[in-house]
Amino acid sequence: MLSFIGRSVIQKVVTLFFVSVISFLVIHLAPGEPSQVDPLNPKFTPEMVERFRKEFHLDAPLHVQYYLFYSDLFTGKTVSWKDNRSVLGKIWERFLNSLPLFIVGTLLTWTLSFPVGIRSAIFRGGIYDRSATFFSYLLISIPGFFFAYILIIFVVTRFHVPVIGMETFGLSVSSWVHVAMDRVWHLLIPSVLGATGGIAVLSRYVRSQMLEVEGQDYIRTARAKGLPPEQVHYRHALRNALLPFVTMFGLILPGLIGGSVIIESIFSWPGIGRMAYEAILARDYPVILTINFISAVLVLAGTFVSDILYLIVDPRIRL
Amino acid sequence: MPGEFIEEGKAALPADETGRTRVQEFWRLLGRNRMALAGLVIFIAFFLVALSGLFLTSGKKPLFDPALVRLQEKLRPPLARPNLETLAPGQVPALGVYLFGTDDLGRDVFARMLQGAWVSLTVGFVAVGISVIVGICLGGIAGYYGQSRIRADHVLFLIVLHAGIVLLLLWVRPLWAALVAGGLWGSVLGSWWRKVWKGLELPPRLNVLRKETLSVDTLIMRLVDIMLCFPSFFLILTVVALLPASIYNIMIVIGLTSWMGTTRFVRAEFLSLREQDFVTAAKALGLNDLRIIFRHMVPNAIAPVLVSATIGIASAILTEAGLSFLGFGVPPPHATWGNILSDGKRFIFDAPWLTFIPGIAILVVVLSFNLFGEGLRDILNPKLRERHW
Repeated sequence: MLSFIGRSVIQKVVTLFFVSVISFLVIHLAPGEPSQVDPLNPKFTPEMVERFRKEFHLDAPLHVQYYLFYSDLFTGKTVSWKDNRSVLGKIWERFLNSLPLFIVGTLLTWTLSFPVGIRSAIFRGGIYDRSATFFSYLLISIPGFFFAYILIIFVVTRFHVPVIGMETFGLSVSSWVHVAMDRVWHLLIPSVLGATGGIAVLSRYVRSQMLEVEGQDYIRTARAKGLPPEQVHYRHALRNALLPFVTMFGLILPGLIGGSVIIESIFSWPGIGRMAYEAILARDYPVILTINFISAVLVLAGTFVSDILYLIVDPRIRL
Repeated sequence: MPGEFIEEGKAALPADETGRTRVQEFWRLLGRNRMALAGLVIFIAFFLVALSGLFLTSGKKPLFDPALVRLQEKLRPPLARPNLETLAPGQVPALGVYLFGTDDLGRDVFARMLQGAWVSLTVGFVAVGISVIVGICLGGIAGYYGQSRIRADHVLFLIVLHAGIVLLLLWVRPLWAALVAGGLWGSVLGSWWRKVWKGLELPPRLNVLRKETLSVDTLIMRLVDIMLCFPSFFLILTVVALLPASIYNIMIVIGLTSWMGTTRFVRAEFLSLREQDFVTAAKALGLNDLRIIFRHMVPNAIAPVLVSATIGIASAILTEAGLSFLGFGVPPPHATWGNILSDGKRFIFDAPWLTFIPGIAILVVVLSFNLFGEGLRDILNPKLRERHW
């Protein structure tokens, strides 16, 4: 167990190193330079550009830039080129905005997809199963931005509530009930949108896991013993079907920082996805690279956690 | 003959007791899976529409001109008749009616949708083609040559070669030629003149070069791990935003960021196929490795690749639409479904057709690919098939 942990930590650190090198090269070898973002701006005289390049070490060779950037990142000194604020501070601020979306979306995904998937597995081939299957394909296939506009039209014309942004401007003077309801309405649509794909995929997965287990011999034995169907489904089958999902808790970790660019820009939600988008447009390399690095760390940490959880819950796997 | 070996490889599978060929069996199963059949029909229809769209909207004097601006005919609803008094004879739409309405510049949305269909189709197919080719090559190498070790000299020569290429790109003049030449010479030594290189007497200090390092399999699978660490839409967005706007860049970038799944499938298939008798037979006949891989093993490993490619086309179309929606991608006068929707979103309450027509078109096409892909998975996988029917 310990040797497994040690090996996989070393492996993941090596992977992370290569990720950092590749993302750095991709950004710096692409044509164009941050100092040329706004060539028509009269303030960008050649001297300014020169100063800019010197200030941010853009005139240094690539490996020196690489070293400078990542040593800054690890000591927490990286600053955004756009507004000179600390990148980690900016990301933290946006992260707190994205967090409610992530939490509500994840809760919706995990609470809705299990009942749907289990029910379709139990009544396999029935009208419920077939319509659930079709709807999950529909949800996977619908472009997020199109679905967003359908929901916006529906909610705005039906319930007459504002949904764009994080809260209605100037509402803070009214009573707390209004403020809370306002926040809920603003939160609801983006998190439903964020959850749709997840619900569709996860409920299909739950269904196939349940079907897999329901075909096992011990389920037949349980039925033959004359146990009531509820007990067979929920105590014998479901418990065993849940095993792979425990490990999936690790895999939702990367979602923490991968706020959706499209949904956040439609709803003017000041989250991480929007910040990444703005950073890309402004060629704010430190922000882009830091977000990339953090999300790579989260992906690796997620797979690590899910490996460990698998070791713990499944007694058949002991390394 | 190589064809016979493929047949032999397949004959190892349990024969169908009704005596139908595999193709007939495929169509029979497809006919029973109504959603997959519907997906296939929609896909063929979409293909024909996109192909005819390419011919009808391009050229000097196209039948449907997607770029023709008629400012007096702004935001006409679908099926509206053109106002013939205000239009010049060349401006009247070919069907005599605005089938899908007009947008805020009075351009015919039907013509623009036709033009955009071709973009969606090519993006889907080219991107997936790239990812499948990369996936089959890397997965095949990892599965077939996986156990062989990379020696330190290979690494050294490859580093020299790539350093040369990088310097070539940066145009560091005398140095790049030397490094590229050194790297190429090393590769020649390492591959074609393997025997000569092995027979050479090296001073003891240089024996480090013959030391074995990682296996090929480890290398490729670690590469897959590295690529999986990047948040894919964010990576695509970054690269597309930094590169000059062009449809080809989008296809290449989507393709190069989505080959990891295929690589894993192909590797897994190859690992099991490599041990089978027909491969041993092919080796015993002295066929070369490329022939064994591409004529004998790839056809037997293609089923999961086809499934993931079909679903990959769906997600590539969605990604392209998302990029167009954000304003990246194909430069403006050219229409894509994503940018029709993106332009139309400002008029969502006044001209909802500008949002709904491209949105539903994307939805239907992507849905058809997904349904067909899932149906294909059921049909091609005998284990799932028994459970289903």
